[in-house]
Amino acid sequence: MAQVTRSPKTYDVCVIGSGAGGGMAAKVLTEGGLTVALLEAGPQVYPEKDFKMLMWPYDLPHRGAGVGGSALENFGEFLAPNGAWDIAGEPYTSAPGADFQWFRSRIVGGRTNHWGRIALRFAPVDFRSYTRDSLGADWPITYEDLAPYYDKVESYIGVFGTKENVSSAPDGVFLPPPKPRCHELIVKKACDKLNVICIPSRLAILTRSVNGRLPCHYCGQCGRGCVTASNFSSSQVLLPPAMTTGKLTVITGAMAREIVVGKDGKAEGVSYIDKTTRMEKRISARAVVVAASACESARLLLNSKSSLFPDGLANSSGTVGRYLTDSVGSDGWGEFPFLDKMPPHNHDGVGGMHMYIPWWKFDRKNDFPRGYHIEMWGGRDMPGVGMFDGLCHREEGYGAGLKQRARKVYGTTIGFSGRGEMIPNPDTFCEIDPEVVDQWGIPVLRFHFKWTDYELRQAQDMQQTFRAIVEAAGGEYRTKTRIDGPYPFGIQPGGKIIHEVGTARMGADPKSSVLNGYCQAHDVKNLFVTDGASLVTNPDKNPTLTIMALSWRASEYLLSEAQKGNI
Amino acid sequence: MSSQGVTRRDILKTLAMGAVGGSVLQVIPAKAAEFAHQAVRKEKATSPAGKYTPKYFSAHQYETLNSLCDAIIPKDDRSSGAVEAGAPEFIDLLTGENEKYQLRLGGGLVWLDSFCDDRYAKTFLECAPEQRTEVLDLIAYRKNAKKDASLSQGVAFFAFLRKMTCDGFYTSKIGIADLQYIGNTSLREFPGCPPVPGVTT
Repeated sequence: MAQVTRSPKTYDVCVIGSGAGGGMAAKVLTEGGLTVALLEAGPQVYPEKDFKMLMWPYDLPHRGAGVGGSALENFGEFLAPNGAWDIAGEPYTSAPGADFQWFRSRIVGGRTNHWGRIALRFAPVDFRSYTRDSLGADWPITYEDLAPYYDKVESYIGVFGTKENVSSAPDGVFLPPPKPRCHELIVKKACDKLNVICIPSRLAILTRSVNGRLPCHYCGQCGRGCVTASNFSSSQVLLPPAMTTGKLTVITGAMAREIVVGKDGKAEGVSYIDKTTRMEKRISARAVVVAASACESARLLLNSKSSLFPDGLANSSGTVGRYLTDSVGSDGWGEFPFLDKMPPHNHDGVGGMHMYIPWWKFDRKNDFPRGYHIEMWGGRDMPGVGMFDGLCHREEGYGAGLKQRARKVYGTTIGFSGRGEMIPNPDTFCEIDPEVVDQWGIPVLRFHFKWTDYELRQAQDMQQTFRAIVEAAGGEYRTKTRIDGPYPFGIQPGGKIIHEVGTARMGADPKSSVLNGYCQAHDVKNLFVTDGASLVTNPDKNPTLTIMALSWRASEYLLSEAQKGNI
Repeated sequence: MSSQGVTRRDILKTLAMGAVGGSVLQVIPAKAAEFAHQAVRKEKATSPAGKYTPKYFSAHQYETLNSLCDAIIPKDDRSSGAVEAGAPEFIDLLTGENEKYQLRLGGGLVWLDSFCDDRYAKTFLECAPEQRTEVLDLIAYRKNAKKDASLSQGVAFFAFLRKMTCDGFYTSKIGIADLQYIGNTSLREFPGCPPVPGVTT
């Protein structure tokens, strides 16, 4: 080990990962007076240079398709520079039949640079799921434990929305919402007819100035990254204040390989590969916060084997990597020819939906457990690559007729995305592949993934609902799905919704969980996991807001334990 | 464009500092951000007008490609066509970078000439306008390949080229204006949906 470069100083905390969970930990811990070394596997992000806000497709030679069309599979070239389904030299493997997709970001801010900004609180009932239906597990904490942190996160990052008093979708601290777009008004009207709840959405985008950040300028391009930081990203909202304390050291290009444990069983640092030199380096720290993304964090724990922890760190329960879930996703769309009567108008709005459908069937018996929410899209979006793929495929032909049809159908479709809760199952988990390492010599993950009838029935219900809404709104439902094949009812492959969580879950019982209610490892008192890995359930609410609330709470706990000398 | 007291040097400094550089985002006004974008846009913009030299296709193939793009999205009374919108350049650029595209489009163009040669003893470009139309009417629809399997490669080729031509056209200034898209700009308030009786009211 002579070649390993050790950091000359010992930091109070080493945080691994700079996304929602890691960025929040870095902010709270440094503001609480601790010194933090933040490891990020990717490079620095430079919003003014890297983000393609307000650019036109023709400003780029590849028009958004990327070199050789490569960006088409990764949400297009305009997306914030933010990772991909496949990263050269950093593979993962799938067990036969698993078809799990893993979107990873290697950049400061992680996936928060591009995320959908949908910021939904989990509901009280989501923390007591097992008590309700005997599936999965209950959380060791309640909604009331987390509510003050939801308040703090929303107040700090800025989330718009409205007070609605819907039990499945608790209200928060909200900025005013933007006015609805045309297609959203049409959907709302149809939902009213069908007794489906349709309310203003809740996104982490500023409709008023917050903490000196400018309000949204309504270009509709949040996914590209926002140069004025008018939406939330860890890189622009959490790390700058942490930096201001003078206590944060960001180390980019640092691929964490192992959490190093002392003879006393406590974490004493992190070994990482410096991607520039391909040499191993070591950070010494009094505590370690892992927030590398749910599966990456599980990988790091499983790879941190020692004589004290032969099955991986904090894994005496054998549950690291288990209880993996993603959101159930199924999409559908309809054609609304009458929308061609709309005059050309600016429909951009914020980067995301202005209205959404929270889970509304919580008051009745359904043929699947838990629930889903529905996102919506459509209308006169900025044209881009792929916009007329569907038209070309359906109507074929060429010439003046094709051009005329494109004009006619532009802006006349409305689409829906159902996002629902998956129940953890024993066939879905990640583990270390016994044979494959990445280019940094680090053993990679192998995924096992399976949907069960619970999820398939939910996807079926989504399709039925989409059709009902489209028809009630006067449109024609166009999505065709099969009841068999690999993707029944249009269910997306696991991982595709990028809500993978649960791989180091918290729990009251150390035998069946990795962390306690403060995201602290049962087995290692100075080790915390503050990303999606800690989530016990994966309700129909996008996990990011909850990850930040949990990370804030865990970081405050870490601070108080440090003050008491318990770390 | 007014930079409201923010100099190019300030912006370059900002760019160099990056997100965790600290309070950058508090001090950089929207105008400065826009200024930075203009600078980036200029650097990234495609080369100025002039005769385009194809990077991948041969001169003959590129001429054929132009003819096909023009047939797929022609000029009409509202706007120019795919060729004026730069679709062939876009297609050539991507094809040069992607082996699959090379097989589908490069191979497809050879298939087209062979097909025309069998049928009319001419290349596609040498064909009379009615002959070209006859060929395109055959390969523009999947149902023709169901009747005559020898057309299936041509149908697949044309479907891909049609998609690429649409992508090239509708991502151009001309194509975006053709759809009368309004947006990609900064607004102080979002106005919401304009009321249209019977549609949104």
